[in-house]
Amino acid sequence: MGMTMTQKILAAHAGLESVEAGQLIEAKLDLVLGNDITTPVAINEFEKCGADSVFDREKIALVLDHFTPNKDIKSAEQSRQVRGFARKYSIKNFFDVGCMGIEHALLPEAGLVGPGDCVIGADSHTCTYGALGAFSTGVGSTDMAAGMITGRAWFKVPSAIKVVLTGKPGKWVCGKDVILHLIGKIGVDGALYRSLEFTGSGLKYLGMSDRLTIANMAIEAGAKNGIFPVDEVTEEYANGRFLRRPAVYKADVDAVYESTVEIDLSALRPVVSFPHLPENTKTIDDVGKIKIDQSVIGSCTNGRIEDLRIAASILKGRKVADGVRCIIIPGTQKIYLQAVREGLVEIFIEAGAVFSTPTCGPCLGGHMGVLGKGERAVSTTNRNFVGRMGHKESEVYLASPAVAAASAVTGYITDPDRI
Amino acid sequence: MKVCGRVHKYGDNVDTDVIIPARYLNTSSHAELAQHCMEDIDRDFVNNVKKGDIIVAEKNFGCGSSREHAPIAIKASGVSCVIACSFARIFYRNSINIGLPILECEKAALEIKNGDEVEADFNTGDITDKTTGKTYKAQPYPPFLQNIIAKGGLLNSISEK
Repeated sequence: MGMTMTQKILAAHAGLESVEAGQLIEAKLDLVLGNDITTPVAINEFEKCGADSVFDREKIALVLDHFTPNKDIKSAEQSRQVRGFARKYSIKNFFDVGCMGIEHALLPEAGLVGPGDCVIGADSHTCTYGALGAFSTGVGSTDMAAGMITGRAWFKVPSAIKVVLTGKPGKWVCGKDVILHLIGKIGVDGALYRSLEFTGSGLKYLGMSDRLTIANMAIEAGAKNGIFPVDEVTEEYANGRFLRRPAVYKADVDAVYESTVEIDLSALRPVVSFPHLPENTKTIDDVGKIKIDQSVIGSCTNGRIEDLRIAASILKGRKVADGVRCIIIPGTQKIYLQAVREGLVEIFIEAGAVFSTPTCGPCLGGHMGVLGKGERAVSTTNRNFVGRMGHKESEVYLASPAVAAASAVTGYITDPDRI
Repeated sequence: MKVCGRVHKYGDNVDTDVIIPARYLNTSSHAELAQHCMEDIDRDFVNNVKKGDIIVAEKNFGCGSSREHAPIAIKASGVSCVIACSFARIFYRNSINIGLPILECEKAALEIKNGDEVEADFNTGDITDKTTGKTYKAQPYPPFLQNIIAKGGLLNSISEK
């Protein structure tokens, strides 16, 4: 029986000829990731069980990105704990304020993850690296601690849903619209425990930035991972960047899929997810008049330079509407610098937006844009659960950078074609 | 192992942001996390919950973030077991890893009502609603997971190797 791409990567990392869906395996890890919220819990577990060494100081990445630069004393103490651990065990890939970026924007950019890898991270959006043809998945802090000690993790081999993308997307349609459309179609548990394997002739129209956005939100459909085949787009991105030798795995022609979903990219319109679930999707044509108080452009989902360029193309020469706070956050320091050099930051500031240092910040209601009672945000982030960005009576509408920027200008959720 | 307690009942897609809002993730103290458990979905939960109580919910319980703080907050609040139609996969893993018993049983999760007195046996998967007298059977854990649970969590099972 043929294997899916995910199954092949897992088999290789478990030292097995083949694996099948449902099989429990133990796999070798190429990287173990944690952030300033999940790592302290992992360190507590690590110490509680008496561990005194890590499996490989070069295969652990610790990124202080959620509540940093620290928003309060308690979060500063958490960062201090992680800093101390990183120093004690000489963790090579420790990213503190100054070199820190949002973990899932940073790791691909730094070449720490790449094709064929098997990666776990104590952050649910670790599935982002599937864009590069890696198996990567989110776990909790105890799994992270065990991974840091042994370099291994247990997995139940997932079955897969094949997502066939065809056609060429229209002007304002990007990766965010593709994944929101898919989640709207299959639901927030539509891919529970399964892989989403993306394929089809439409892939050539999706650059790495779009693919990273799509794989990032696989978890929002409940998926274990989302994965793209390795092609010219991947090779161009990985070339000179990926620090290890890429291993290219292809799904077998007779691989078994539980189901197939087909999406014609040329028929897609910009998509907005209404509160309080990512599956509550409508096309931009059906949203009606929804007034906003805040527009957030950034996060591990949409904080890359391509996203900022789209926002700048809309905000250039325009002003953020009265009564709207427009908060733009680059994913990494490198993206920040590039935005400065390309003149994007000047465009944002002249439009009346703020431009922040990299942080997850408002996405999870941490800092840098927390919502008050009854307030409403359009956001390029990934979740719109109750209370996600602040007060439990606030609302988050998920959308692409183009929609978020256009909405900032008008004060209402807006089709970028209509400004 | 058998537990028995009063049920706190919820619906579909109870996410980790309502189980433990991110504004409290600046601590890893179990006791502090427990004080805010379920705060954004059920403000009275922390005042009503008693040691041994059981959470029953419908599909996709624990969806969203990977924060282990969610099962930790539930366990530290005194809850002895979560029964649901289905669990989000990271929450499922985390619960096994930290030793919070969870049971998947669609029929039980749909029929059991808020306030019912329920008994759950993790060895057999038997669930009994003592208020209605109805019995249910949950999916048993695969042996691999039973071993992690028997050892008292993932790290204990590793340190024995």
